[in-house]
Amino acid sequence: MIEVIDTGPLNTIQDLGRTGFRDIGVTVSGAMDPLALKVANLLVGNEEGAAGIELQTFPFRVRFGKEVAVAVTGGGNATLDGVAMPPWWVQTAQAGQILEVTPVAGSARGYVAFGGGVDVEPVMGSRSTSLRGAFGGMEGRALRKGDLLPLGDAPVSELAMTGFGVVAPMLEMTSLFPVVEDGTVLIRALPAGEHDLFGADAERFWRQTWKISPQSDRTGYRLAGDPIRPVAPVEMRSHGIVAGVVQVPPAGEPIIQMSDANTAGGYPKIAGIVEADLWRLGQARAGIRVRFVRSSHAEARALDKAMTDYLEDIRATSQMVARALKTIAGH
Amino acid sequence: MNSALQSMTRSSLGSPLVRERVHISPIGSRAFLIEAPGGFDLATQRRIWALTQDVGHWDDVIETVPGMTNLLAIFRVVPEDPQAVVARLSNAWDLAQSVDLQGKTIEIAVTYGGEHAIDLGALCNLSGLRDREIIRIHHEGTYTVFALGSAPGFGYLHGLDPRIHMPRKTVPSLKMEKGCVTIGGMQTGVAVLTGPNGWNSIGFADLPMFDPTAATPAIMAPGDIVRFIPERIEL
Repeated sequence: MIEVIDTGPLNTIQDLGRTGFRDIGVTVSGAMDPLALKVANLLVGNEEGAAGIELQTFPFRVRFGKEVAVAVTGGGNATLDGVAMPPWWVQTAQAGQILEVTPVAGSARGYVAFGGGVDVEPVMGSRSTSLRGAFGGMEGRALRKGDLLPLGDAPVSELAMTGFGVVAPMLEMTSLFPVVEDGTVLIRALPAGEHDLFGADAERFWRQTWKISPQSDRTGYRLAGDPIRPVAPVEMRSHGIVAGVVQVPPAGEPIIQMSDANTAGGYPKIAGIVEADLWRLGQARAGIRVRFVRSSHAEARALDKAMTDYLEDIRATSQMVARALKTIAGH
Repeated sequence: MNSALQSMTRSSLGSPLVRERVHISPIGSRAFLIEAPGGFDLATQRRIWALTQDVGHWDDVIETVPGMTNLLAIFRVVPEDPQAVVARLSNAWDLAQSVDLQGKTIEIAVTYGGEHAIDLGALCNLSGLRDREIIRIHHEGTYTVFALGSAPGFGYLHGLDPRIHMPRKTVPSLKMEKGCVTIGGMQTGVAVLTGPNGWNSIGFADLPMFDPTAATPAIMAPGDIVRFIPERIEL
């Protein structure tokens, strides 16, 4: 059990999402930066899809009710009883200790995983909070001061007792996730169904630098820039969508649907972001500039493979180090 | 932004885009949208249901999301050969037979008019019909659930009489209540979440459409028949 003793609004319990129910209108939800959540879970010895806490407002503080492994990744700086934890790090917390997480410049969301995972009741196969549907996670709502979160049972590994960290994905895979010198994030996408109906404006979509508007949240990001419009107005029939779809409402400024995306849409779609780049948007704050780069299915596969290898490397290395530590400790 | 997005995905834009032949396009790296050619009608939707059943059994597909005369197929991993996927989907559409889903009949008791029917007056103006006439046309209709989507358990109902079609609002109502019986273009439905909504409300139904803890969370399913029973009329 852990107790939330301080939290900003909109911090929620998330796993990798409630997939398989779009056909009855249920939003997937899940971590905005699934890569960071997976790493945090691997560090504490969980399956990569266990439920953790997604933090988007700070500071966040919890008190531990028992000894447990805790890892903090993504955009979160952590201290345990006032002592700083290195970034992307797992450590053992003792009963009564307090974990505080503060923001990291340049990142939008921090992730906290606990050994055994946050063990709230799964709803439709997932522990993710669906704020819109008001179910899942903690009573279907954001965390509040005083919340008591149940944790699953899990042994505390030698790894957590000693403390162990990994290189953050942006550093480990710099060449795969390019950022222009002025800080513009390059996001790879494929042209979507109505791309060509935008005529010359389609090229302006790819060429210009867009800015993430302050009206952006887990549901979607609005982009600010020179409006783009289809050559003639179109009304689509409602159809299923996925996170990463770039829709263009009549005003001409695109919207990117994110984790809490609607399951259906009807705006013309100019592009769809390659899934491997979605976590980078999940870490992009309002005001960040993005530019879209035309990608291919082949490139998307290569990126997925690189991310799988990165996670596999963490899994293998952490298990190897844990075994070595156990041997040294004479068990 | 949550609210704005929901409303805007329901707002109305120019003229309907009618494809002349099946149109298959990617959404990102793992999803493909198959849009049926032709009209917005039950015959086309029956073929979409057949396509959904077929594609839903493919080993490399993890999720199928039928929409309004279209289907989104989500693949397990990014396909190695997207052209081959498009060809397979196109072939599956060509082979898709009409499926007549034997759905249940759902009767929904409605209070027509009253405080929730905020758009009934505007519909009178648009259609040139009296409010009683609009209500009669609406409850005498027999509707088919084409697909679910947009919000948990929300069913898009086909079969609305053209005399009471009404375009979605350009400026949505900010806080339409869950339970409002609404008209959006040529469709009707019952709002399942309280919030911004671009559809036009003509009544209210006190029937929960979704329970996440139930074995079957959504009351409606594609192919179901819906009838609205006028429980009260407040004019």
